[in-house]
Amino acid sequence: MNTISLWRRGFKGDLITIAVMVTLAVICFHFMPSNLSFFTRIIAIMLLVLAIDLVTGFTGIATLGHAALYGAGAYAAGIAAAKFGINDPVLMLLVGIVAGALMGLLSSLVILRGHGLSQLVLSIAVVQLAREAANRFSTWTGGSDGLAGISPAPLFGMWRFDLWGRTSYWLAVALLIVTFITLRQIIRSPFGKLCQAIRQDPVRVRAMGAPVYLTQVKMYVISGAVAGLGGALSAVATKVVGLDSLSFELSAEAVVMLVLGGTANLYGALIGSAVFMWFEHTMSTINPYHWLTIVGALLVAIVLFAPRGLTGLAESLWARLMKGAFK
Amino acid sequence: MQTIFSIGADALAYGMVLFVISIGLSVTMGLMKFVNLAHGAFAMLGGYIASYATQSLGWHFGFALLAAVALCMILAVPLERFLYRRFYGASELRQVLMTIGLTFMMIGIANWLMGPTLKTIALPPSLQGPVDIGFRSFPAHKIFAAAVGLITALGLWLLIERTFFGVKLRAAVDDAKMAEALGIRTKAVYAISFALAIGLAAMGGVVGAQLLPIEPQYALHHMVTFLVVVCVGGAGSIGGALAACLILGMVKTTGAYLWPEFGNFFFYLAVIAIVSMLPNGLMGRAK
Repeated sequence: MNTISLWRRGFKGDLITIAVMVTLAVICFHFMPSNLSFFTRIIAIMLLVLAIDLVTGFTGIATLGHAALYGAGAYAAGIAAAKFGINDPVLMLLVGIVAGALMGLLSSLVILRGHGLSQLVLSIAVVQLAREAANRFSTWTGGSDGLAGISPAPLFGMWRFDLWGRTSYWLAVALLIVTFITLRQIIRSPFGKLCQAIRQDPVRVRAMGAPVYLTQVKMYVISGAVAGLGGALSAVATKVVGLDSLSFELSAEAVVMLVLGGTANLYGALIGSAVFMWFEHTMSTINPYHWLTIVGALLVAIVLFAPRGLTGLAESLWARLMKGAFK
Repeated sequence: MQTIFSIGADALAYGMVLFVISIGLSVTMGLMKFVNLAHGAFAMLGGYIASYATQSLGWHFGFALLAAVALCMILAVPLERFLYRRFYGASELRQVLMTIGLTFMMIGIANWLMGPTLKTIALPPSLQGPVDIGFRSFPAHKIFAAAVGLITALGLWLLIERTFFGVKLRAAVDDAKMAEALGIRTKAVYAISFALAIGLAAMGGVVGAQLLPIEPQYALHHMVTFLVVVCVGGAGSIGGALAACLILGMVKTTGAYLWPEFGNFFFYLAVIAIVSMLPNGLMGRAK
């Protein structure tokens, strides 16, 4: 299967997706202009959740440490800007992507040594170690105060990053669309199919002669690039990088978002993070502790009654509806 | 020399507290194949009950400890029956998420009911003072915690390896269908084991409260540590958990004494080294 036929096959669906995303972005821009920086944050986290979906949903590697990749991208972009004077936002994003991919490579070498529970624990150890390192080497990272002094230059020399976050909002939307379409292609490609086969039965894939370990590492690197992009985007948009971008809590929350939306489904990652973060945003202004109780109950209910997440729930409802309509 | 003894004594106390709390998790994870991340939340709940009983009701520490264990075990039964039982045999990720959700709920409720402040448990006079152990004086409650840990390890080993209940539990774990065919009520065995594990968590929370203080974020803060202990030791192995607690306690205490600014760095480095070399833990059974 060559690349052109791949593009053609999903072309119509991709066009619809792009149209829906652009429409939503325009609606959000015009009707909630005071929330633009919040939307940008959602998109940065969406990239992280998409990255987790690649390894957990599609390749079957359980991880609770993906914030290490997101944080690596955020800190790399931040350090490049604050310490080396690389202020061009595109360059910053590239630095974030490379750093995320490198961190993905490193952590995959550790995480792939375990299975099941030990895999989870190794991934947690990786993110905790990264966090400790960022906390200790405070001359580079700012430690627990966070890394400040990031001032990105105008995008393409034309658009300044303004106070309302309009530039970073449109930058985020564009990045999300490009990443999403690229990931759709990767998922549809023979490589993507191989990853899904590994999730279902690694022993059989190995018996058929396909490289299991190498494929997993590759997917982890791709996932790292996506997560690193998310981190770099947050560094460009918020102009600070804090230790919270490198925490176990962020990893766990991102996995929660993924499961809420539905795993092994790129739309699920988007919907899950949007719903979760919107819910958190509204509820935590009312009472942060009740928010935690409610999100806990929601999580239990989702895992209990809709193990395939919101998108899975929608799919089965739709299927039932269709069945009723054609009876 | 003095420093080495001091590090050893502190490491032992810290390790044994970790052991008391984590051994229940090791039982649920190794024998029942359930990743119960809410384990720390039950330890926290036990701590809150004991704190309330000693501070507000004026109970003796011993009664408070018993009350905490009993109440948590009573709570564990319906939870096991209506929630946990549905996830036996489910994927690790689903179990993790369900129990993280439960932990979030318990943190939220604890904060709502008890407030965000630190809660202390009143110790009886016999556990308050320092005890001279030759080369330095050492807090009595730490010796108490270490003793409780050792007794728990021994008792649990006897229960699992030497009693008829232990035989039934191991049979139910190895082959549930066959065990049931032989007349073992596997559901009851699981329920009792789960309640036992929760009781151990509550006891650990109360006994270890001086080292791991009781506050609403307790469950989340220490969740990772307990999970790490079980994984390093090998799930379901009492000896492994004991060894893991002592090693990790040693690494952490030594790090805190000699390179305080690097705190947890060595801890997680050791975890990665051990788990990547021995994916089943120090004494875990191969899957």
